[in-house]
Amino acid sequence: MIAHYGYKDGSGDFFISIDTDKCTQCSDKPCLEACPEKIIELFTDDYDDEVVGIKASERNKIKYTCLTCKSTFGAGHAACIEACLLEAIEHSW
Amino acid sequence: MITAGVDVGNMFTKALLQEGGRVLSYAILASGLDRKRAARETFRQALIKAGVTEDDVCNVFSTGAGQDEVDFAAGTVTDITAAARGTLKIFPMARIVADVGAEGAKVLKTDDDGRVLGFTINEKCAAGTGSFLETMGRALGVQLEELGPLSLEAERAVTINAQCAVFAESEVVSLIHAKVPREVIARSIHEAMAGRVSSMVRRVGLQKKLALIGGVARNKGFAAALEKDLDAKLLIDDEKPEFLCALGAALLAAERDAGQLP
Amino acid sequence: MTEKNEFWRWEESRWKNPDLDWENAEVITLGVDVGSVSSQAVILCDGELFAYSNMRTGYDSSESALNAASWALEGTGLTLDDIHFKVGTGYGRVNVTFADRNITEIACHARGGNLMYGPTVRTILDMGGQDCKVIRCDERGKVVSFLMNDKCAAGTGRGIEVFTDLLGVPIGEVGQRSLRVEMEPEPVSSTCVVFAKSEAIGLLHAGWSTEKVLAAYCLATANRVVSLLERVGMVKDFAITGGIAKNVGVVSRIEKILGVSALEPKYDTQIAGAMGAALFAKALAEKKAKTG
Repeated sequence: MIAHYGYKDGSGDFFISIDTDKCTQCSDKPCLEACPEKIIELFTDDYDDEVVGIKASERNKIKYTCLTCKSTFGAGHAACIEACLLEAIEHSW
Repeated sequence: MITAGVDVGNMFTKALLQEGGRVLSYAILASGLDRKRAARETFRQALIKAGVTEDDVCNVFSTGAGQDEVDFAAGTVTDITAAARGTLKIFPMARIVADVGAEGAKVLKTDDDGRVLGFTINEKCAAGTGSFLETMGRALGVQLEELGPLSLEAERAVTINAQCAVFAESEVVSLIHAKVPREVIARSIHEAMAGRVSSMVRRVGLQKKLALIGGVARNKGFAAALEKDLDAKLLIDDEKPEFLCALGAALLAAERDAGQLP
Repeated sequence: MTEKNEFWRWEESRWKNPDLDWENAEVITLGVDVGSVSSQAVILCDGELFAYSNMRTGYDSSESALNAASWALEGTGLTLDDIHFKVGTGYGRVNVTFADRNITEIACHARGGNLMYGPTVRTILDMGGQDCKVIRCDERGKVVSFLMNDKCAAGTGRGIEVFTDLLGVPIGEVGQRSLRVEMEPEPVSSTCVVFAKSEAIGLLHAGWSTEKVLAAYCLATANRVVSLLERVGMVKDFAITGGIAKNVGVVSRIEKILGVSALEPKYDTQIAGAMGAALFAKALAEKKAKTG
């Protein structure tokens, strides 16, 4: 499934989309280590698949939490996006 | 040469008169629904306070959300430029200016010559603006002016999870219901609000020489929470923190009149 | 506050299927959805709707979960002990202390929507009290894609509540009254509910009628959720669940913007999550029975 984590508020749309069907084909989950803020976590979803997602406590803050990382990698890029070889992760901003 | 700055905000209109860098008078009124009238009336009150007439004023510049409503102004300046100019007049050492008003907040960064290097604005979301504190105060049954002092009585705070003012209001009601002391809730409210503003400061680039201006700068509880969050001592003009944009506009009006600006 | 001033107050409800006898059922399951504003309990007998309750969430989520379950059970002769499997869902799902398992409201809404609207439903828009969810699902009610916005009150039931309070219009009348305008006004321009409220006060002062302000806010709410729908992508058939699904002013405007009609609900639109939880409970009960 495509999980959209994040939010829309007056200042814009901030979503990290993860194609969790690809997570099930990935054994290393390099995104977990790559994220400098450690906001990605491994969990078992409702259909008993082992996938990654954004920690619940972080979902509504990603505009600020991801700021430093995104400014290093440039617009539309981030450590998690680069780390995922299956191209399962996208940012909306 | 006397010049004036009129800052028409979403909630309040401020007017200030200056002469040669010296502040002569200032006045503030609610902007209300007729901003043209509010601008004219606020200016008139500032004139009375200074004991001068309109003819004594060489130039008027307007700024703020309703800057175009000031029909007697000779020019306009953006609120970013005005905030930087006015704040640096009072605090020449400031490099970051956080302006927190009733319905908006902005943070800007300047270089050593007072030029604005970058800024971030929030005028779309009540969280991180004076409206947030007002909404929370209402939920807590505390007047806005008492909210800050009350928060300073608390030794601890709890985390307010909601980022939205409307949701945070429900959270405050739950905290009241859970019998969390009122001063603790008040402090928690200010810390939540400071978190929002400090995120904006970090976005622009944190520097220790930071000035807080705007109406919310009068709130000692908020200032304390922001200082704690940023681990920096804030520069605050206790006398007239909400007039620094009007001061900036008045100073720029003088420079324009003196031919220093194109 | 007196009762008559609580314009936000919506009607709590319960229902029992007169044609079903639980004593003939092999598998009896319970789903409890504890939301931030409302809580529901659904009891299924062999996957068929037997009874449900829908009530306001109190300050204590665990108490609310129990209250919702008790109200659904009341007068049926059933007790919690008779239930074979219980699933908790919703924002307060960890507080459904008597549940055998917790499942996210996203998965439950997809599953419940599949039963409530039929297997052709592909997009479910759930407009809750404090959040808005867009869920795309397959013909079996499995989630294909989802988005949840719970950061901001715009586009949620709380936003509508703020307006009922401001305008003194009971929440059940908001939709109908918002349609009583000759011409559709421009939507309220502020996204933020706090600022939208100040804007509305200005519009009232400028002579706008209550109906016109309601129309402007319902339209703003519709625009807001449509932008979330667009991020996930809207595929027919389309259904709306949650409390705002009962607001014809918002629903008709969403339909108009999308150019698509939402499926007619067969049950209370607020019970979709609890329904899905009870369906998951059925599957889990059967799995448990198989494995011993």
